[in-house]
Amino acid sequence: MTRFKTLPAHVVLVAASAYFVLPLLWLAISATKGRDELFTTFGFALPENFALLDNIRQTLSYEDGIYLRWTANTLLYAGGGALGATALAAMAGYALAKYSFRGSGAISWVIIGAVLVPVTALALPLYFLMSAVGLQNTPWAVLLPSLVSPMGVYLCRLYAISSVPDEVLEAARMDGASEWRVFRAVVLRIMSPILVTVFLFQFVAIWNNFFLPLVMLNSRELFPLTLGLQDWNTQPQVGNQVIFNLVVTGAFLAVVPLVVCFLLLQRHWRQGLAQGSVVA
Amino acid sequence: MTTLAPPRADRPTRPPTAAAPRRRRRSVAPLLFLLPFALCFTAFFLVPIGVAVWQSLFQPRRSGLLGKTTEVFVGAANYLDVLADPKFHEGLLRVLAYAVLTIPLIMVVATVLALLLDSALVRARKVFRLLVFLPYAVPAVIATLLWGFFYQPQFSPIVRTFDALDWSSPDFLNGTAVLLSMTNIAAWEWIGYNMIIVLAALQAIPTSVHEAAKLDGCGELAVAVRVKLPMVLPAIGLSLLFSLIGAFQFFNEPAILKPLSATITSYYTPNVYAYQKAFAEGQSGYAGAIAVTLAVVTFLFSLYFLRLGRRRGVI
Repeated sequence: MTRFKTLPAHVVLVAASAYFVLPLLWLAISATKGRDELFTTFGFALPENFALLDNIRQTLSYEDGIYLRWTANTLLYAGGGALGATALAAMAGYALAKYSFRGSGAISWVIIGAVLVPVTALALPLYFLMSAVGLQNTPWAVLLPSLVSPMGVYLCRLYAISSVPDEVLEAARMDGASEWRVFRAVVLRIMSPILVTVFLFQFVAIWNNFFLPLVMLNSRELFPLTLGLQDWNTQPQVGNQVIFNLVVTGAFLAVVPLVVCFLLLQRHWRQGLAQGSVVA
Repeated sequence: MTTLAPPRADRPTRPPTAAAPRRRRRSVAPLLFLLPFALCFTAFFLVPIGVAVWQSLFQPRRSGLLGKTTEVFVGAANYLDVLADPKFHEGLLRVLAYAVLTIPLIMVVATVLALLLDSALVRARKVFRLLVFLPYAVPAVIATLLWGFFYQPQFSPIVRTFDALDWSSPDFLNGTAVLLSMTNIAAWEWIGYNMIIVLAALQAIPTSVHEAAKLDGCGELAVAVRVKLPMVLPAIGLSLLFSLIGAFQFFNEPAILKPLSATITSYYTPNVYAYQKAFAEGQSGYAGAIAVTLAVVTFLFSLYFLRLGRRRGVI
């Protein structure tokens, strides 16, 4: 292949990569600037005074360290919700794939239909329900709905159909294992790659869902990070000014672990997306 | 390959010699495995939809001049109001405009990038793939906050660049530009995700297919357009469907940019409007009717899209 022919392709890709990376680069640079320099310097210029550590200290201690509280809430909602959703999806997907019982076909269709319903559409209905039972403005209002992942069940079912051999199940049963033990000891191990994928997708789905916590939660100490940062961004706090440097640093601190985790677990993302699109 | 896979009922039938108690145990086990999900699904998926529909049949009425407000059953009145509400129409039209602007842009760019990365033309494709996919790791709220900074003149490096060149910079947050600004945020967030989907479909094509085309004298471009593209159309079609359904729910970006923009009204999209009705105006019945109507409209559009795709043999 001549250089002449490959050049345009590379130009397109470099330009596209710049578009996707530059805003994140801006975020990283801006997190190192103090409040004044945020306004006075060019966005991509390095700061005169390196204020990253000071910004981090301020972000973590502002309003009695509510940022840490929001981080813990996010871990609880997204981590706990995704863990629970993965467990439920693994059991349900396995049951639908490997047992025949009346109604299993109909249930599978209901789940496929539910995959098409976006989470945002459920936020308001869930609010009506939660306020009817008095759970609004509690962590349960966000956590409980996050346990439901029809996409997770769908992926687990497909994976169990294609990757869990009937012979292995039979062999374990012959050895006298109970159905639960077969699932715990044999099936979960075989299904572990898809379980990681389901966990990651549900984690991102919960953490991306802005509408649900927005309608459910009034108390600021229950907010996840996303809601908290939005709150800081819209409400003038210090001397009638928005604390932009804390918003920027807070966003930076929230994105870094995600990007790192994302780089480490790349394979699982791609696998999940491939499965969702090709088999779906 | 890409219709939603129908549930399979084919399962090896057990030999009749299987012990009876064992078989009974095995008919209970799947139900127990299914139970936790089924309970949660019912409680936090089906029931709320029912509650929303129920709620949408009521309106608050005040008894007397200063009396207490009570919810009164009004049947379909909320729905008739929603269907005749110009604010709802405006939101719905805007969401359609947003979908028409955003979805083709995302899918075309995602497909072009995927075809480039799948071609023999490109080096360092792992690095490019990663960089393009990176925004998916950023939650939508933070992505919107981030681009919000790029749109506000006092921070924006874009506006600064325009100023330095002595050009007048556009107002990203007001007028018609704000919809394009949100299209840009959506493109930034979702192109990489869709590119990975298309790329996965491309990589599922056996190499023998394009080898054969190349032997027939096709160049990279011809292989990409004539051989590969038709084979990944089903994956693209499915992504389009999901994007379309998502676009009707358009909420995050307008809700987050609203404080920065005078153009974004409280009825900018149907979801923004429903939120306004439920929380600022205390009309949860009306909000429920908006949500249900939006769901029905979305369903009808998806059905139409699916039939269109079927007829063209794409989905």
